[in-house]
Amino acid sequence: MSLTILNAVIAVVIAIAFAALNAAYLVWAERRGAGRIQRRPGPNVNGPLGLLQPPADGLKLMTKQLVIPGGADKALFMVAPVLAMAPAIMSFVTIPFSDSIVARSMDIGVLMIFAFASLGAMSVLLAGWSSRNKYGVMASVRAVSQNISYEIPMLITVITIVMMTGTMNLKELVASQSGGIWNWNIVPSLSSPLMPISFLIFFTCSLAETNRAPFDLGEAESELVAGFHTEYGSMGFGLFFMGEYANIVIGASLITILFLGGWDCPLGLFPGVWWFLLKIYVLIFSFIWIRWTFPRTTIYGLLNLSWKILIPISLFNLLLTAGLLKVF
Amino acid sequence: MNPSDTTTVIGFFTGDGFAGYADAVAGIVFLIMLATTLIGGIIACSAERLVRAVSGLALCFIGVAAIYYYLNSPFVAMMQMLIYIGAVCVTIAFAIMLAAPEESKKNGPSGPLSGPLGLITAGLVTMGMAGLAVNTTFSVLPKENMGEVKLIGVELLTSYSMVFELVSIVLLIAIIGSLVIARHGRSK
Repeated sequence: MSLTILNAVIAVVIAIAFAALNAAYLVWAERRGAGRIQRRPGPNVNGPLGLLQPPADGLKLMTKQLVIPGGADKALFMVAPVLAMAPAIMSFVTIPFSDSIVARSMDIGVLMIFAFASLGAMSVLLAGWSSRNKYGVMASVRAVSQNISYEIPMLITVITIVMMTGTMNLKELVASQSGGIWNWNIVPSLSSPLMPISFLIFFTCSLAETNRAPFDLGEAESELVAGFHTEYGSMGFGLFFMGEYANIVIGASLITILFLGGWDCPLGLFPGVWWFLLKIYVLIFSFIWIRWTFPRTTIYGLLNLSWKILIPISLFNLLLTAGLLKVF
Repeated sequence: MNPSDTTTVIGFFTGDGFAGYADAVAGIVFLIMLATTLIGGIIACSAERLVRAVSGLALCFIGVAAIYYYLNSPFVAMMQMLIYIGAVCVTIAFAIMLAAPEESKKNGPSGPLSGPLGLITAGLVTMGMAGLAVNTTFSVLPKENMGEVKLIGVELLTSYSMVFELVSIVLLIAIIGSLVIARHGRSK
């Protein structure tokens, strides 16, 4: 056994630090980006470019009193935010950032990320229910029906890719796409002509799975106050926020690994962790861009999009790819 | 471990000294898994509120998944998480929220097994199971592979394809049965 307890502890600490740092500074990026899109400055007072805003926010959240509403289910109220953050950190363990930077390369990496992501729905349900708030319950029912319906096309798309590459190990998935942009999964090949559409489906589903606008019906401010975390203040809210951004980073990493060749350079030169980080931050920027430029959909429109459009297309793509893989 | 013992600390860093503690650590981890499973199960059975019971069930499933992982079958462990927590528990919790509010819940009449009779039954069952576990000589099967997904898939579709098909028929019957129950008493 080369994996000692010390190694495990170091890996976990790095995973938590990466998740927390990303959460803090993605909030800053989000607010600056929103400001830019809405023609206002955004946070620009604390430090150069407002870069000291996230630590200030963090301190404020940590020093605030944690108020538990009367009539709330105390134990579950406390568990829900932890359940939002912990699975996200677990998922970081198996994500390879480059050929050598991975905490634990598992044969079932894809499956593990989806297994832990599925705990997120439970956290939203418990948060909404335990705070004993109408808006909370309504929002959590919405968010979970959305999560369940978007998990299906997402998984079907992943099955298509696993069928093409024959592995669920994230490192091997990237290795199978190495050597330049023409080898990436997003580029249509003879056996998988519909890959760009798969990419779009997966991208849409990750937006929906992370409860981001235009699919943020779980926390629709104009209808449900703040959705499932209406009653949460201080670090309870902070954990939900960090969990959301950690999930965005995981979603972007998964898109990068499955479709965009991971740490591979588009021209096949100098592969390394910098390409991976570049790709995930471009994707995250597009998430932010979409959030602030599209209006929110309705819940019916959202569920119809999944069940009537995305699932049939992804199923068709699965069958087509299976057939073509047999032929070629 | 004792931090003043320098050789141990050095060995701990290089990974060699860890071997002596491996069994102890593995044992503790296994006990934590067992405790998680048992506590989850007890919460699931004894909670007053249904949502708490579901949370207990989820905790129990996490413990079971951890035990699968401990037994070197990561695939089964992840499937346990994905299906039993991600789908089953979420669906149950969802159904509870759509059903009647907690206040209107009433306790039904207690059955014949509540009270001392139940305690005796539980004691007898525990004794039987414990006796069975102690008196059985467990044969350790040789480890054949690392539990690769590919091998599991091949086995499921060749050696165990009959079982696989039967399970899907059971699921089909369950779906039809629930439809029949749901339609019952409803006007056409």
